[in-house]
Amino acid sequence: MGYDAAVSPPQPEAIVARLPELVNADAGLVRRGQGLTTTFLLAVGDTEYLVHVAGGRLAPVERGPFLLRSWTFAVRAPGDAWARFWTPLPEPGYHDLFAMKKLGVARVEGDLWPLMAHLRYLKDVLAAPRRAPASG
Amino acid sequence: MGRYLHLPLGGRPHRVYFEEAGQGPPLVCLHTAGADGRQFRHLMTDEAITRHWRVLAFDMPRHGKSLPPAGWQDEEYRLTTAAYVELILAFSDALGLDRPVALGCSIGGKIVLELALRAPQRFRALIGLEAAAYQTPWYDDTSWLHRHDVHGGELCSALMSGLIAPQAPEETRWETLWMYAQGGPGVFRGDLHFYRVEGDLRDRVDRIDTARCPLYLLTGEYDFSCTPDDTRATAARIPGARLTIMQGLGHFPMSEHPERFRTYLLPVLEEIRATASP
Repeated sequence: MGYDAAVSPPQPEAIVARLPELVNADAGLVRRGQGLTTTFLLAVGDTEYLVHVAGGRLAPVERGPFLLRSWTFAVRAPGDAWARFWTPLPEPGYHDLFAMKKLGVARVEGDLWPLMAHLRYLKDVLAAPRRAPASG
Repeated sequence: MGRYLHLPLGGRPHRVYFEEAGQGPPLVCLHTAGADGRQFRHLMTDEAITRHWRVLAFDMPRHGKSLPPAGWQDEEYRLTTAAYVELILAFSDALGLDRPVALGCSIGGKIVLELALRAPQRFRALIGLEAAAYQTPWYDDTSWLHRHDVHGGELCSALMSGLIAPQAPEETRWETLWMYAQGGPGVFRGDLHFYRVEGDLRDRVDRIDTARCPLYLLTGEYDFSCTPDDTRATAARIPGARLTIMQGLGHFPMSEHPERFRTYLLPVLEEIRATASP
């Protein structure tokens, strides 16, 4: 049931660029995140992105490399792991951020308070591409 | 039907809420940490089950409709193995249940292993869902679950969401999470004391004698808290333990996806009816 690289492999970097569009179009998700304004770092393999959250809405994602930029927390995983995570029916171990952490493929760093205080929202932001029609 | 029992537990009076449905040998259902007996509501409305079984589910003290004992405000709640076993046996005694089947999930599955060790003669059969003698922790700081600057219910609910399989229907997925969001302050964390600190049974799980009481272990493939491998390792050490890995299910099979779960549970209940000594 897992991601099959031979069939329309998802493109993690294109997916990240679409995050604001996907999140901002989901009124329920924006409402759940209305108490959160922060910037977090999302790493897809060696490529880093800054995701800016303002009252539950996302500003355009910035792509690194970055030299002197601040973020509160970072979520890092290899591109292959994110591709598995973003498939509509992910396999066990790739279906949740903490599952990927336990599997040893994802890392979370920095100030965890914004993540833990808004975990429902942020998990749904990260998983938004899973619910979206394929693109890119 | 729901009502209350007055039980002395740990030498203190408690008022414990439970619900029941059906007729037949008793089937006592034990909910997960930080949740309550509503997790079993679909079993109680399943005629294939209630026509053969008297299904009972209590809310542990501090969970659901069971209030904490007087004086709770000055205590840090920590569930212990001894208190949990006492609760199950006291509940069974108070209702005069004759050798019930105990079916427990997560901490309820873990305590089923303790019951198999401590009181197998008291049970017709034991069913552990998402149960293992030991599971590797997936978070190392449970203080997140109870602090002033994070909503405990929202966090517990969000953490648990990952343990639900992606195949779960939206309605029952979010219903499962609602129960977590309703947990009292520090209750989930207190339950995990039993699960994480006292719940390592690796030094004694091989003493379970399934000839005295049949043991069934069922674990969902998407459960990364108690993984299929954790349960496999436990089953491998208990001769006669019956192992099932449930496809498309996670850590809350009975509430996250009742329709799928019953396809796994019904054959187990049928087997118990056919083979367990009356």
